[in-house]
Amino acid sequence: MELLLERTQRGQKVSSAFTQQELPACKPLLTPKWVITIFMLIGVVFIPIGVAALFASRNVVEIIDEYQTVCVPGRYTTNGEREQFIQDVNQDKHCNRTLTVSKLMKGPVYVYYQLDNFYQNHRRYVKSRSDKQLLDGNATDTSACKPEQYLSGDLAIVPCGLIAWSLFNDTYNISADGQQVTINKKGISWKSDREHKFGNVRPQYFPNNLPRDLNGSLIGGASLDPNTTLNEDEDLIVWMRTAALPTFRKLYGKIEQDLAAGSTLSITINNVYNTYSFGGKKKLVLSTTSWLGGKNDFLGVAYITVGSLCVFLALLFFLVHWRYPRRLGDTKYLSWNQHASAN
Amino acid sequence: MPEPRRTVESRRRRMKWSHVYSFSCLRHPADRESSSHMGSEGFSRVVIINKPNEQRPKYPSNWVSTTKYNLITFFPKALFEQFRRVANIYFLFAAAISLTPLSPFSAASLIAPLVFVIGVSMAKEGVEDWNRFLQDKEVNNRRVLVLEEDGGFSYTEWKKLRVGDIVKIEKNSFFPADLLLLSSSFEDGICYVETMNLDGETNLKLKRALECSMDLDEDDKVRLFQGVIRCEDPNPQLYSFIGNLEVSDGDINALSPQQILLRDSKLRNTDYIYGAVIFTGHDTKVMQNATQPPSKRSNIEKRMDLIIYFLFSVLFLISAIGSIAFGIITSRRTPRWWYLRPDDANAYYDPSAPAIAGLLHLITALLLYGYLIPISLYVSIEIVKVAQAMFINQDNHMYYEETDTPAHARTSNLNEELGQVDTILSDKTGTLTCNQMEFVKCSIAGIPYGKGVTEVEVAAAQRQGHDTTSHEVTNNSANKEIMETVVLGKNPIKGFNFQDDRLENGKWVNENNFVDVQLFFRILAICHTAIPEEDESGNFSYEAESPDEAAFVVAARELGFVFNKRSQSSVWVKDLDLTPRECTNKEYKILQLLEFSSARKRMSVVIKNEEGNIFLFCKGADSVIFERLGKEGRRYEEATKRHLAHYADAGLRTLAIAYRRLDESEYVAWDAEFTRAKLHVGADRDAKLDEASELIEKDLILLGATAVEDKLQNGVPECIDKLAHAGIKIWVLTGDKLETAINIGFACSLLRQDMIQLIISLDNDEVKKAEASGNKDLIQKVSLENTKQQLTVCKKVLEDEEDNDAAFALVIDGKALNYALGELEDELMGIAMKCASVICCRVSPKQKAVVTKLVKKKTGAITLGIGDGANDVGMIQEAHVGVGISGVEGMQATMASDFSIAQFRYLERLLLVHGSWCYKRIARMICYFFYKNIHFGFTLFYFEAHAAFSGQAAYNDWYMSLFNVFFTSLPVIALGVLDQDISFRMKLQFPHLYQQGIKNLHFGWSQILGWMANGVASSLVVFFFTISILKRQAFRNGGQVAGLEVLGATLYSCVIWTVNCQLVLVTKYFTWIQHACIWGSILLWYLFLIIYGYIPPTISTTAYRVFIEACAPSPSYWLTILLASGAALLPSFAYISFQSTFFPIDDQIIQEFSHLQKDKDQPWLEKVMQNKTFRVTIGITARLRHLGRSKKPRRAQPNPYAAPAHKSNVNLSP
Repeated sequence: MELLLERTQRGQKVSSAFTQQELPACKPLLTPKWVITIFMLIGVVFIPIGVAALFASRNVVEIIDEYQTVCVPGRYTTNGEREQFIQDVNQDKHCNRTLTVSKLMKGPVYVYYQLDNFYQNHRRYVKSRSDKQLLDGNATDTSACKPEQYLSGDLAIVPCGLIAWSLFNDTYNISADGQQVTINKKGISWKSDREHKFGNVRPQYFPNNLPRDLNGSLIGGASLDPNTTLNEDEDLIVWMRTAALPTFRKLYGKIEQDLAAGSTLSITINNVYNTYSFGGKKKLVLSTTSWLGGKNDFLGVAYITVGSLCVFLALLFFLVHWRYPRRLGDTKYLSWNQHASAN
Repeated sequence: MPEPRRTVESRRRRMKWSHVYSFSCLRHPADRESSSHMGSEGFSRVVIINKPNEQRPKYPSNWVSTTKYNLITFFPKALFEQFRRVANIYFLFAAAISLTPLSPFSAASLIAPLVFVIGVSMAKEGVEDWNRFLQDKEVNNRRVLVLEEDGGFSYTEWKKLRVGDIVKIEKNSFFPADLLLLSSSFEDGICYVETMNLDGETNLKLKRALECSMDLDEDDKVRLFQGVIRCEDPNPQLYSFIGNLEVSDGDINALSPQQILLRDSKLRNTDYIYGAVIFTGHDTKVMQNATQPPSKRSNIEKRMDLIIYFLFSVLFLISAIGSIAFGIITSRRTPRWWYLRPDDANAYYDPSAPAIAGLLHLITALLLYGYLIPISLYVSIEIVKVAQAMFINQDNHMYYEETDTPAHARTSNLNEELGQVDTILSDKTGTLTCNQMEFVKCSIAGIPYGKGVTEVEVAAAQRQGHDTTSHEVTNNSANKEIMETVVLGKNPIKGFNFQDDRLENGKWVNENNFVDVQLFFRILAICHTAIPEEDESGNFSYEAESPDEAAFVVAARELGFVFNKRSQSSVWVKDLDLTPRECTNKEYKILQLLEFSSARKRMSVVIKNEEGNIFLFCKGADSVIFERLGKEGRRYEEATKRHLAHYADAGLRTLAIAYRRLDESEYVAWDAEFTRAKLHVGADRDAKLDEASELIEKDLILLGATAVEDKLQNGVPECIDKLAHAGIKIWVLTGDKLETAINIGFACSLLRQDMIQLIISLDNDEVKKAEASGNKDLIQKVSLENTKQQLTVCKKVLEDEEDNDAAFALVIDGKALNYALGELEDELMGIAMKCASVICCRVSPKQKAVVTKLVKKKTGAITLGIGDGANDVGMIQEAHVGVGISGVEGMQATMASDFSIAQFRYLERLLLVHGSWCYKRIARMICYFFYKNIHFGFTLFYFEAHAAFSGQAAYNDWYMSLFNVFFTSLPVIALGVLDQDISFRMKLQFPHLYQQGIKNLHFGWSQILGWMANGVASSLVVFFFTISILKRQAFRNGGQVAGLEVLGATLYSCVIWTVNCQLVLVTKYFTWIQHACIWGSILLWYLFLIIYGYIPPTISTTAYRVFIEACAPSPSYWLTILLASGAALLPSFAYISFQSTFFPIDDQIIQEFSHLQKDKDQPWLEKVMQNKTFRVTIGITARLRHLGRSKKPRRAQPNPYAAPAHKSNVNLSP
């Protein structure tokens, strides 16, 4: 070592710490103290977060009503029959549901519809849109929108594509204890979408899906109001943000008032959207939010679990260390010394 | 132009030496036989001197280019190079597919990283090539004086030079092409040439012009010269040239390499020369020689390829799973998914043809999961390796001041291989020894002179058990200092370490045999090819072709026989004349010079002294000389032989000195014979010359012998000791004699007295008897049989040994090796692998390579070949890692090597520090690379499972394409370049840590699979935690739910955090650079997300303002990252902490050790070092330990050195 240093000093070449690989450095070492501290620290941080998150989630009041079966007359027992019912334009599809608010729901109460088994994340579906057309109404290349690209040959559909075409069109009308509750449809979409993704564009040649196919095979979603520009049609904007997973909720509207505990909600659902062909459920969800959002215990539970696991590991580590202590840096544990003592 | 300094008188005085001098050309017409070569195949070149325009066949211009590419070919060629890697072909294929609708993401996002990665690699190639181009340009535009058509000399650029041009080269400038030397500023047409650029030799070489052209020493004369050269075609043989020169009057003169000046060598000590251009540009010998060393790939890289293939199969497997699932879903379920318009689907989604859809999906999936294969792996590794090589080049500890030579990594491919070397195959001369010869002893007329004690003798004395323990136990560095001062004090003269009062200071005249002494040193002063140089104070130094020769001339000088002048035909030696007892300068005419060659093993001169007596002086290997002694010449044979044996025992190089007196008539007759042989042009010229030489080199009178010490390089024993501690086996392969090799072995502590030496040699009576018969088949049979028997005996000795601690050494002779390498190689290796050290002596360069190959094949371990001379090139190229000592013996070894160092002792640092670091860094880096890509790739797969396997990616296209290139590349490069598990001090203190590399502890399959499993596990945690948190409920208090874009951004953030923080867990050494890279990468991701989010939505699509608007304000987003990344890292953190605390491996203990002891003082450390009990079988430590124990004698093992050398294998011979 001395020899080396000496040589370095004699070395005429100016060398930096970098080229000699002697940059000042922090060399962290996992000593038992540190391991226990880190595990405990994780536990100490995670468990309170978990508790807080769990509290937040538990404080959220959520009412869920699954209506895809009950809103079809009882004589239609299979999904096939229900599908025929839904596609029959002559049938009245309004349906009344009565729900009770179990706990005070402080406004704003968010109204969602939840679909199940609906693959909005299917590649064909996700790609089937034209961002350019949504913004300025005319796009030269809308090939991604196939087959909802042109109507009867050459009339360019605006907005084109499967997503827009399959827009959800059930509607809800809510009254609480006999009083009509206003569902605010404004501000349910992301601001950036309204301002930058969707332009002041009027729908054109939008396929009127509902009666489109009287053979009853393909009945899709809503038809758009030709007088509402795309950036004003928040239902469309919300729908166009495709969901990540096949079970998803989308914001339907906001109720800007409190719903008192015990009050009765009577809801009129216009049940027209076809989820019956693929056996998907439809749910109406009313939910308040916490600072973390809606009701989901997972975050809290996971934090508490991981935190507890860390505390457990810390204890385990401590016990093992206490039972089988090893002096740090003791050269007798070096493999060659071990071999020697074995011999 | 400098005016020639010679006077008219001197020119007039010129003698026609050429009549007598050996290598001049006589005005004999060349014989028919040789002329017949000309014009035949291989000898077609015709050069018309002075009329370059009339050259019939057009020869290439003198423009040289060493570039690999030119402007036009660069792009296609460099591109092609890139696609020789499997992974890159895959990515090219992927990029092509991305242009079709099959692609799961946009074409640009797939092509961009490929272009970037390929671009970086190509840029590197381009820059390297551009530098070569600039170098070429500089060379091509150098200027040289050329004879113009109008008869005047003017400066022209090198590149414009044509075959047949006459050029004038001035002192200290380079030759622009291969030239025929026509004349020089010296009257006898000689010139001195330095060939350092060709072969690295610094000594000057003498070249001589033909007599027929040596008069052309003025511009006016040269102008009129006309001639035609017919000679061989361009070839790479630097030391041969066959051709003839036909001058205007029709005479044909043979040409030899003596007249040829090679491009890139330099004119020295000569004012100017005239030369005719024979070979230009790429035809020149130096350019013909320019070959790339074979490209080697490290074992780690080969294993990496395996992993890539493995990942390709994983990729294919999960793609197939995805495709089958997709096919099933498409046919069974999608017909009912009206929102996908299954009734109007194209082939990709057609439910009625699920097989086709599935197959098309397979291609999509192969692209999508392609992230399992890290696109940037190769380019990152390349960057890292270049940086590591830079560290090697810049290491001050491997910088040799004396010759201003730093270590040089000539290829960066093999850095990590340095950390896994199992066996070192080392040359001896110039590698272990410094190829610096010191004249230490001589035997004259049967009386030994010289009392100096060589280091080898010290070692030998210790070996014999005299004078040892007390001296040895003192610590090494102090010991070394003493040695150094002693050496410096007593020996200020390089090459001379001779002490004997009987000869020094002119006292030799008092010896009884003073006539012999005088003749002996005169022979040393005359019989050589050295060139004297006089400095201002009148002292002479010598330029010699070999260090032995320099040592002889220096010894002669020091003892009063001063060689002071050489002309083409004479040497002058100033010495004491006995009769008038005064110093006189005597001239000895050199009539002929019979050069040294490795085949002849001797060198002779025929001289005529001032009295007119003709002598032949000869020096050569003892065996060769003894064969040629005459009846009266054997007077001192017995005594000399005894002395020679003693010298060899002391590790000295010996030569025998003999002479012979010739009659005038005998000489003249022989001279005619010899001259004819010399004028012969053709391939068998050498054989004819040898034959002619034999005619006169006979009936010699033995005078004595010299002994020269081959000095061990500084620090060699210590270095070997360290390497032994590192568990590296060392084999010495040398061309030296058995005895010399064994002695060097002792000096280096590769051998010890208590070792059981297994000597296999064919130097025994049985074989000699067979050889005497001359029957080749018999010799073959007997030798093979003999070798076999000896091997069997060795095996038995090994098996019978009961003491576990016994150490064996195998010494095998080249002749025996020849037979053992054939069918007996299994037995040989079986024995060799059980031996602590192996020494092969008298091996040829080819055998060195064969042995290396054998070790490679039989042990499967990494070998390192180290050597310094041309004879080591085969070994260096054959070994996994070739190391060249950039020393005195030439550049061939360095040119062929992968790393070059100036001193053997730097090997310690190169292997134990750089090798070990590089190995670990690269291993970590590759493991981590696969980890991160598996982690990333699998999240894509899980998402697929939730998206009906439709080929939709969870992430925005650009997130994915920048993953490898931007967000995760810098930290891993920083790891690969800078990480230090243990400081170099500790690495050197605990060399045994090197075993980790040899055992491949850090890149074993368990490591690799462990990392992969970690990747899979953490991807599972990250993915399922994220989707469970961002489920269907609102993810922020504004009631918004998380769509695909939020989930994608969150999941991706978790991946970035996880893989970067994982690196924190792995890194052992944080400088600010690592911090900057790791945290910077995470920051870069957010910066990217913000900036990309502000690009109009038609481009940024799902990333539009996703961070600013949706994620950043949401506590859920941040809590998800904390939880998912934390939980994903937990398994590996728990593993690391439990493993390192309860089951630590060596490097971790040393980390703790250095961590805790950093403030502690040196003595404590040394105490620890003394306690270490690792068993080494070679090196100083082993010797010390065994010395301590050797009080009780070891089991009786006949010491071969107790017996005469030829019986050394007595214990083995049947």
